[in-house]
Amino acid sequence: MNGAPELASDLAIDVSGLVKIFDERRVVDDFSLQIPKGKIFGFLGPNGSGKTTTLRMLCGLLTPDEGAGTCLGLDLRGQAPLIKRQTGYMTQKFSLYEDLTIRENLEFVARLYEMDRRAERVEEALKDLGLWGRRNQQTGTLSGGWKQRLALTACILHEPRLLLLDEPTAGVDPKARREFWDEIHTLAGKGITVLVSTHYMDEAERCHEIVYIAYGKLLASGTAEEIIENTELYTWRAHGREADRLAGKLRGKDGVASAVAFGAKLHVSGTDEAALEKAIRPYREGHDISWERTSPTLEDVFIHLTAGSKDNFA
Amino acid sequence: MRRLLSLTRLGAMLMKEFNHMRRDRTTLGMMIGVPLIQLILFGYAINTDPKALPTAIYSSESTAYTRSFTAALVNTGYFEIVSQADGDDVDRMLTRGQVQFAVTIPPNFSRDLVLGKRPEILVEADATDPVATGSAISALQQIKATALERDLKGVSGSPREPAPAFDIIVHRRYNPENITQYNIVPGLMGVVLTMTLVMITGLAVTRERERGTMENLLSMPVRPAEVMLGKITPYVIVGYVQAAIILIAAAFLFDVPVEGSIALLSLATIFFMIANLAVGFTFSTIAQNQLQAVQMTFFFFLPSLLLSGFMFPFRGMPQWAQVLGEALPLTHFLRIARGILLKGSGFADIAADILGIIAFLIVAVAIAMSRYRQTLD
Repeated sequence: MNGAPELASDLAIDVSGLVKIFDERRVVDDFSLQIPKGKIFGFLGPNGSGKTTTLRMLCGLLTPDEGAGTCLGLDLRGQAPLIKRQTGYMTQKFSLYEDLTIRENLEFVARLYEMDRRAERVEEALKDLGLWGRRNQQTGTLSGGWKQRLALTACILHEPRLLLLDEPTAGVDPKARREFWDEIHTLAGKGITVLVSTHYMDEAERCHEIVYIAYGKLLASGTAEEIIENTELYTWRAHGREADRLAGKLRGKDGVASAVAFGAKLHVSGTDEAALEKAIRPYREGHDISWERTSPTLEDVFIHLTAGSKDNFA
Repeated sequence: MRRLLSLTRLGAMLMKEFNHMRRDRTTLGMMIGVPLIQLILFGYAINTDPKALPTAIYSSESTAYTRSFTAALVNTGYFEIVSQADGDDVDRMLTRGQVQFAVTIPPNFSRDLVLGKRPEILVEADATDPVATGSAISALQQIKATALERDLKGVSGSPREPAPAFDIIVHRRYNPENITQYNIVPGLMGVVLTMTLVMITGLAVTRERERGTMENLLSMPVRPAEVMLGKITPYVIVGYVQAAIILIAAAFLFDVPVEGSIALLSLATIFFMIANLAVGFTFSTIAQNQLQAVQMTFFFFLPSLLLSGFMFPFRGMPQWAQVLGEALPLTHFLRIARGILLKGSGFADIAADILGIIAFLIVAVAIAMSRYRQTLD
């Protein structure tokens, strides 16, 4: 979507104008997205913004009410069964069978995709995963981190060309998350396209590009730097004695869009440069606090974007 | 201060429970619906003293006496003449359950009567369900004394004899000793299959939705027919195990006769099981959770139990209840199971009931397939 227009054949996902309506609410509204093959796209947005609904439309679980497009060159409406064969979708909630063993789950998946050399491939996958020794253990007894890794293994078992991951790292510890992302990058290196929804900013920054959606509408897209640059947001950082205590005083002042404490530090952002300066002026002198201009973080930008968009469901 | 009971906390619990109740429409519907169904069914539909039972009458002559006898029969209210057939047909009609009674008036009945030779009228009853025939058979004894009282007055010249002028011989076919188990145990096969198969399938699919595994399943390339067949087949096997247990118990514990072909019964059972499984599958596409699936099963099971003729004689019910009963697969299966085991029915005898089950099956499968979604829409 940035730079030179992509050739259609280089796009793994090419959809435009997607709309999904539930009970007269436009949960996804005029959503368009192009993702080149082999790229990792981060899908961000507040809870209930339509990320899961969009992912479900892309993998054929939901039929869009309006709009059209292709996944892997296949028509979203007419060729959903073919898209399913080449797509791996990891649901937000763990959705393998907890009362089946680890191996039974993977063999079930392998059979549904009518894979050849099933036993071998399942064995390989379990060995790569490090669960070969526990292959006959019931899946429900695994810890959250292991379940998440197993779920990823299950959805890449059939060697899909497109991965749709719905908050795959929610509730997973930092080390497991890092390993998970290393794996995602390895997969992308093999040419697999990944669209992953997340709430973690550090994960967003590990994506090639980011798509930001709120209340069903696409608000921003591009690389992390591009999104920060393109947003007209000015930020000051304060640190010093009890700088974080100022947050409550600054919030709601003219020119202050947000004031957020990070430990002892404070980030104050606003769209009007002059008004922002005016707002913080009273606290710049006579306090034991040093102020400096800084570029907003991705999180500042997203909170600003969310606040600025209207909640059409409210 | 510690109190055993805080009204505020109790109030909090009460309000919370009422809120749950208000939101759970199926449970609420069940709490109101089940008593209503029971009221209607027990109050209006069920009658253990069935009247107007279909009767075939065969008489080689038509005289004032036979006409009076027939009129007396009808006047008891228990018999309704539906056929004036010959001997062969009478047998078949009893086997197929088309008539409950077959009455044969012997040749020369009128002559023997006048001669005081006490002719015998044969009444054959389909006694598979002793409850259905009990009252009617008692009523026959009354007829014996009074039916021809007026016609015979003065005919023989002799003063009225204390003994009746003719005799009625009752053959309780298929169940001569009026053993209730003969009727209940074969029927139980159908009842157990209905109960378990509808519920188990209902649960099997709803469980996928409740545990979130349905979303994953639907995102993979599996077809509705594959899901449905895959879900149903294991329970067909379970159903056969259940049927076998009941059959073995019927034969060895209850000494229920096994007159007909077990192979034929197995064939009929397949259709019956699939019909029930399709109902369960349909429920699972409507139910939001496993509890609702169980509740829906109950809504199906209760009328099946009461309207099929399992607990109460089918012919005792009013017309509307019989029409409802005819639609239910259990009604037909009961006739098939009792027919094959007790009467030794062959394929031709049960064909109509198999068709009744198949008609239900087609509708149920069509609804199940059309309701099953390959998407989450």
